[in-house]
Amino acid sequence: MAEYLVIIFGSIFINNFVVSRFLGICPFLGVSRQVETATGMAMAVTFVMGLASGITYMVQKILDALHIEFLQTITFILVIAVLVQFVEMVLKKSSPVLYRALGIYLPLITTNCAVLGVTILNIDSGYNFLQSVVNGIGGALGFGMLLILFAGIRENLNFAPIPRSLQGFPIALVTAGLISIAFLGFTGFNLNALFSF
Amino acid sequence: MRKWEIFKNGVFNENPIFRLLLGMCSTLAVTTAVVNGIGMGVATTMVLIGSNVIIALLRKAIPDEIRIPAYIVVIATFTTIIDKVMAATTPDLHQVLGIFIPLIVVNCIILARAEAFASKNTVLDSAVDGLGMGLGFTLALTVLSFIRELIGTGTVLVAKDFGFSGITLFPQDKGILLMILQPGAFITLGLVLGAINWWVRKREEQKNG
Repeated sequence: MAEYLVIIFGSIFINNFVVSRFLGICPFLGVSRQVETATGMAMAVTFVMGLASGITYMVQKILDALHIEFLQTITFILVIAVLVQFVEMVLKKSSPVLYRALGIYLPLITTNCAVLGVTILNIDSGYNFLQSVVNGIGGALGFGMLLILFAGIRENLNFAPIPRSLQGFPIALVTAGLISIAFLGFTGFNLNALFSF
Repeated sequence: MRKWEIFKNGVFNENPIFRLLLGMCSTLAVTTAVVNGIGMGVATTMVLIGSNVIIALLRKAIPDEIRIPAYIVVIATFTTIIDKVMAATTPDLHQVLGIFIPLIVVNCIILARAEAFASKNTVLDSAVDGLGMGLGFTLALTVLSFIRELIGTGTVLVAKDFGFSGITLFPQDKGILLMILQPGAFITLGLVLGAINWWVRKREEQKNG
């Protein structure tokens, strides 16, 4: 149990996907204008990242067995693309409510580098099946948390007096930089000691 | 002269990072040192030229409905080639860039150029477009990493793979370490973008009156 808590909290706070690993910056800057859309995106990403982590773990076992590890990048991106398409179709049929909430974000997720990133990181870190899934979900939760936080700040930025040249993306990036400084405070935090009960 | 226009478009008018804001993840992650920035830039340029050429060659053969998966397979192939070549020739750089080399696949610039340019233009034009966009990307990475490496460490152009120990402008303890940590990436890019916006606006105002 403790090791999973370490993975989850580690990927939310210490190795946060957005501010410390720089994965998923495009959606972080692109769909963070409103809290509502940010929440939808966060839910869709969590769903896909958890699923993708589990499936690519099994795919990697097949690649290892056939000694074709060099095909990792190609297979993983195809698995993710197919998975996103599949999730979209299943949701459309089975849960129209959820589909309406997540639908428009799903196609965007294929090119979200956090998804491909986490699948490769899982393999590089030597995680087993359950650890991979937990890492995927934890990473996505960290991504989602920051996305929603950031959307809240950006909604308020609309009312702030900002020099014309810095409006829009530049000020958003500087804001992200300040959030990132806050997250630097978690560096070196000993999670193993915290969860050793 | 059309080729020159296409080339210039990629480097300046539609610079992928400074004007189109594409490919942010690798931009923020690898600009800790000039050699990393240039290495990433060159790797991306190679993939961009390769995928643009192949996609332009196959543009009549790829059915419209499955074009995106087809493009992704082409891009992933070139990324894998670059990944393996770098692992063999520049191991230190490969180690530093790490996960961001396979992640060239999901760099939006490459898919964007495949969709917006290579699928509609001749092979030669597409190659020129890939070169221009790639150089624009490399240039932007170089500028950002130069600022960060200089302010962060006081030394620029450290390149272990190429046996170059760098030029020290001031001692390391006078540098601002924050610049080469994660916050420095966001803040530098934000301020450089602001400066470019200011400069572009100023030029337009001068032109108009």
